[in-house]
Formats: sequence, structure tokens, C-alpha cells
Amino acid sequence: MSTVATTDPVLTPGQASGISLRSRLQDALPKIVLAPSFVITLIFVYGFIVWTAYLSFTNSKTFPSYQLTGARAYQRLWRWTFESDPPSSWYTSITNMAIFGFLYVGICLALGLLLAILLDQKIRGEGLLRPIFLYPMALSFIVTGVAWKWFLDPGLGLEQTLHHFGWTSFHFDWIKNKDFVIYTVVIAGVWQASGFVMAMFLAGLRGIDGEIMKAAQIDGASPLQLYRRIVIPLLRPIFLSAFIVLAHMAIKSYDLVVALTSGGPGGSAWLPSNFMYEYTFKRNEMAVGSASAIIMLMTISAIIVPYLYSELKEKAR
Amino acid sequence: MNKFLTTTAVIALALAGAHVSARAADVKEVQMLHWWTSGGEAAALNVLKEDLSKEGFAWKDVPVAGGGGDAAMTALKAMVAAGTYPTASQMLGYTVLDYAEAGVMGDLTETAKKEGWDKSVPAALQKFSVYDGKWVAAPVNVHSVNWLWINKAVMDKIGGSEPKTFDDLIALLDKAKAAGVIPLALGGQNWQEATMFDSIVLSTGGPEFYKKAFNDLDEEALKSETMKKSFDNLAKIVKYVDPNFSGRDWNLATAMVIKGDALVQVMGDWAKGEFVAAKKTPDTDFLCYRFPGTDGSVIYNSDMFGMFNVPDDRKAAQVALATATLSKSFQSAFNVVKGSVPARTDVPDTDFDACGKKGIADLKAANEGGTLFGSLAQGYGAPPAIANAYKDVVSKFVHGQIKSSDEAVTQLVQAIDDAR
Repeated sequence: MSTVATTDPVLTPGQASGISLRSRLQDALPKIVLAPSFVITLIFVYGFIVWTAYLSFTNSKTFPSYQLTGARAYQRLWRWTFESDPPSSWYTSITNMAIFGFLYVGICLALGLLLAILLDQKIRGEGLLRPIFLYPMALSFIVTGVAWKWFLDPGLGLEQTLHHFGWTSFHFDWIKNKDFVIYTVVIAGVWQASGFVMAMFLAGLRGIDGEIMKAAQIDGASPLQLYRRIVIPLLRPIFLSAFIVLAHMAIKSYDLVVALTSGGPGGSAWLPSNFMYEYTFKRNEMAVGSASAIIMLMTISAIIVPYLYSELKEKAR
Repeated sequence: MNKFLTTTAVIALALAGAHVSARAADVKEVQMLHWWTSGGEAAALNVLKEDLSKEGFAWKDVPVAGGGGDAAMTALKAMVAAGTYPTASQMLGYTVLDYAEAGVMGDLTETAKKEGWDKSVPAALQKFSVYDGKWVAAPVNVHSVNWLWINKAVMDKIGGSEPKTFDDLIALLDKAKAAGVIPLALGGQNWQEATMFDSIVLSTGGPEFYKKAFNDLDEEALKSETMKKSFDNLAKIVKYVDPNFSGRDWNLATAMVIKGDALVQVMGDWAKGEFVAAKKTPDTDFLCYRFPGTDGSVIYNSDMFGMFNVPDDRKAAQVALATATLSKSFQSAFNVVKGSVPARTDVPDTDFDACGKKGIADLKAANEGGTLFGSLAQGYGAPPAIANAYKDVVSKFVHGQIKSSDEAVTQLVQAIDDAR
């Protein structure tokens, strides 16, 4: 401050322009630094979304083609969704997405909250338990998938081991069963992510003002009421961020399905991401793959946009 | 258009995660994209590397992570779109034609004429290595798909003999079942199921039918009673698989036969590579028969080196590679190790084992008799879109999503129609 005071009275023109240049530079600096990443994001995310949308209306096969041929790809997906018995791969993919998304997000939230509440009871060895629950998150989906593949394989893992110990009537072959294989994906996914959700909730619980809790206790609230009426409502922002994180993990989980089930018997474990990759890159049906990607995008938007809108509106108020 | 292609390249690169640098190519160097990384395959390729180094050409592998060829094909797509062609790339069937249609393949017709490939390479293979009258690829080998691989010790134990008809095979599998051995080793992945179904269709309908249905994609044939009967036969044979087969890799299924846990596997001759690697010899440890009812016909696939349209200064290296690839000595040395048979019919079979000798003789006979057919399951019957639609239907039938053979035929016709 003192330097400003000393230079304040007499300003030569050179000094004035120097300062204004500097301050202009300072003003522009964030924009200059942000510009490259802004441009890159603009092109590589939004540009390619537009490109994919365009391709979905062409007859692209192995290589992109730019000749518009109408919504044939969408018509195929549409027909595959409603008009096929046995279910088509696309129908299987989207029903699997619904089952997996609902159970994965739901169970992770419930289990994460339960673990966090239990860990929050000032139990001994919390420092040891916390990382034990959290660490599965450090594994990639591929590792999780392979480990659970061995564990759930009737010829190698759980079933074989229990038979070995004498419980020969035990039977668990979900991973080889077309009707249940998607639930094994849920099991492995929940195992990996619920610890992470627990950590988020734990942070939220620790952030709750103890005074409110004490006041409620003095008013005679039981522990159950305390959690139901005060703690859980206060955790609402954590629920929302956990939901966003889990929902996008559910939608992008391609690798877990591949590593755990290699697609499942007759393709019965496919998710839309598997469908998109298969058709675009392995079957040389780029138009159909693009159409499926656009439908995925629209589905996600239908969930995320209203949420973001309500959040932003709340902030603005 | 070029700008679009560059954009394509960038996105494809980003998607594949492949790092392919567009550097100036050394003219005395052969740049090769392939996914032969396992011990036997790498050893077999070394023969080619040495042949080329004798002529003064260095060998440069274009690095692609991940086996099976999917990653390699994605990387290749990116390279081609960016205009940095490798000298050659390992390719399968219709992929070669796809790239040729896109106009990026080179022209080896001069070399082909000089070396007489027209006469020595089976016409069925030329369908994929010659596009629009120009040689664009050099076939490396011929795998045939319609084989039975049998553990001899188990066969002796159950007192079985070579099955000559489909019913013989079922009787043999029954014997194995009664003796408490897993009769059929199968991996429940769609390509393995479809590979077996290729043989069943050939056995059920005969060579004419196979060609009509799976090479010409004739709708009448696809809809026919014979196709229904083929699906019925598939249902019959799948009953002999152990309950734990879903998702099993093909080499694990082969290992079951090698160890004697299972009697038989229906698989292409790459399975022989596994037997040989386990130090087993044909006729004493294992038996190789043609799938019953398919003797005299060969369902094939073939690895090819697709030759790209490189600039003139790199052409010499490419010609040297193509010549070396189709030389009799390389064809023999490579295929002895790989388990397949040479891609030309005039290579002496002296170094091959009993199964290899039979394979070479069968290929020659099938070529002359016009009974050499591209495998639909392996991408030699139809383009990938159709081949995969076919694999879907077979796999859904095996795993019970499609419940009857009537339904399967309807689905097959529709799926192929969709993918056209």
C-alpha cells in the first residue's frame, strides 16, 4: 500500500500506461489461461457430440460417411426396442441399464449411509476401518471385474470353496445365468463404490453442527428421530453429489461388464455402452453406434438437466 | 474431405488410446501392424524378420496393445484416416475389402505375376486378396475350422472310434458321458459357438447348402428346413457341455481336452498350437478328425498381410515383404509353428505333423473340388456386421434366449437382413 501512496501524486504518462497495461494483463490473464482448455473442451466434447449426432443420420459403416440418409439407424433401434421377441441386444442393454442403474445407485447410497452412520458412533479402530471400506475405490473396474469373476465362478470361487468345506448343496451360478448375470455386475459395482459413498457421507456427518444435535436431544428426540428428522435432511447436498457421481459411473461402466462377464451368456449382460462400442468399432455399423450414443446422451440429459436447473435456481435465489 | 478425415483420425486416436506417431518413414524399413504376440506366433514371425533382414530391410512393429485384433483394427483405422499408412497390416477377410474399397490399398499385381501367385494361391483366398483385379494383400496361412480335437487316452478308455456321421458323434458323446467324462469342451463365447455351428451346418446341409446359406446369404437357404435341422442339431450337441461353460476362453476349453477332463473340442486348427505347446503329438496323445459329415470340405479363415498404398520410395520394402511372405520356405516354417497350413497349395508337407499333412491334403482337394468355403463365424463368409448378427443369434440360441429352431431361423433371417 505504501508504494501506491508514494507514486500517487505525480504520474508520468509512461507510468500510467505501464500500470494500465499490467492491470489489463491481469484482467485478461485468467481468460488467456482458460482459453486453450476452453477451446479443447468445446471441440472435443461439444464438437464431437454434434459430429456424432450428424453421423447417426448417415449410412456410415467402417468409416464415417457424410451422406445423409435419414433416421434409419434410429428406426432400427426403435424397432429393436419394441418389436422383437426374444429381446434384441439393444432392448437387453437398456433394460440392463435400468436394473443396474437403479440398484447400483440405490444400494450404494443406502449402504454408504448406513456404514457412515455406524462409523460415526465413535467406535474404536475407525482409522483402520475407514480405509478398508474406502480402498476398493482405488481399484479399476477391470481389476474389480476380474477378481469378482473368479470369486463368483461356480468352478473356481465361492461355490467350489463351500463344496470343498462340505456344504455340497450350495449353489450360486448367477454369473453363468442369462437372467441373473446383470445382478452380479451390481454386486461387484456396489462392492467397489459403497465405501466411497460412505466417505462422502462421513464427511457430511462430521460437518453437522453438534449444537443442533444437542438441542434436539434435550428436546427428547430418540436417536432414530434424530437421524430421520435432522441428520438425513441436512445431508441432502451430499445425497445429490453422491447421486451424480454414481449415476455417471453407472452409465459409463463398460469395462466392468467386459472384465466380469465378457458380455454375459448370449450378450445378456450388455449395457448401452457395450452396445455402442460393439456396433461402432467391432461391427462397422458406425451409424447405429452413433444413434445409440445420442440416445444415451438424451437419456442422461433428461435426468441431469432438470436437476442442474433446480440447483442453479436455488443458488440464484 | 481431407479435413474431415483428419478429424476422424483425431477422434479415433483419442478413442483407441493408441499412440501412433506420424513420423517420416524410413525407406529401408518394413512397418508392420499385427497382434501376434504370443510365444509361438512371435517365434513364427521371427522367420519372416530374418528373411527380410538378409535382404537389408529392417523390421518395425507398429505397437498396438491388446490381443485379439480389436485394438489393432481401431489403431489401424486411425492411422489410415490420418494418412500415415503402415507398410502392411495383419487383416482378416472382409476388412481387406473394406479398406480396398476406401482406396487405401497398394497394388502388388506385378509381383504377383512374377511370382505366379494366381496359380498357387487358392481361388477362395484370392477373393479376399485381390480387389478389382489388383493384388492388395498377401495371405499368410489357411486355418480350417471344421475339426474335432480328441484326447486319445479318453477315447481309448471309453472304447470309441472315429465318428463318421453326426449320429456317430452323438453316440460317442453319450459314451463319454456314461464314463463320467465331460463329453464336449466348449467356451460359451459367441464366436466359439458360431464356429462350432459353422461345422454343424456344413455337416447337416452339405457343401452346396453351406455355400448358399453362409457365403451367398441366400434367403431361401437361410429360411429352409435344413437350417432348422442344423439348429436342432446344435441343440442336441450343446446338451453335452458342462454347466460351467459360459464365458470360457477357447484355450481353456482346449486345456480341458489336453488334460483329459473332456473328450472332444470342436475348434479351428489354432487349437493344435495349444496341443503342440503342451508337448503332445498327434495320433499318440490326441486325434484330429474332420467334423463328422464334412470330410472333403474345408471351412477356412486366413490371416492376410494387407498392403497399403505407400509412396514409391517405400515400395521396395513392401514388395520384399510380400515376396518373403509368400515364399515356400516361410509358408512352411511359419505354419508348422502356428498350427495352420500354407496359403499356397504347392508347398511340400515334409515338415508338418500328421494333422498338418492331413490339413494340407484336405485344402488341396477342397480347392480343386470347389468345396473350400469362407467361415461365416470367422469373418470370411460375410462382412463384420452380418457375421456378428449371425453370432448373436447362435449365441442366444445356445444360451436359451431363443427357444426353438423355428424362432432361431426367423431371427437369423431378420438379423442378416438388418445388417445388410
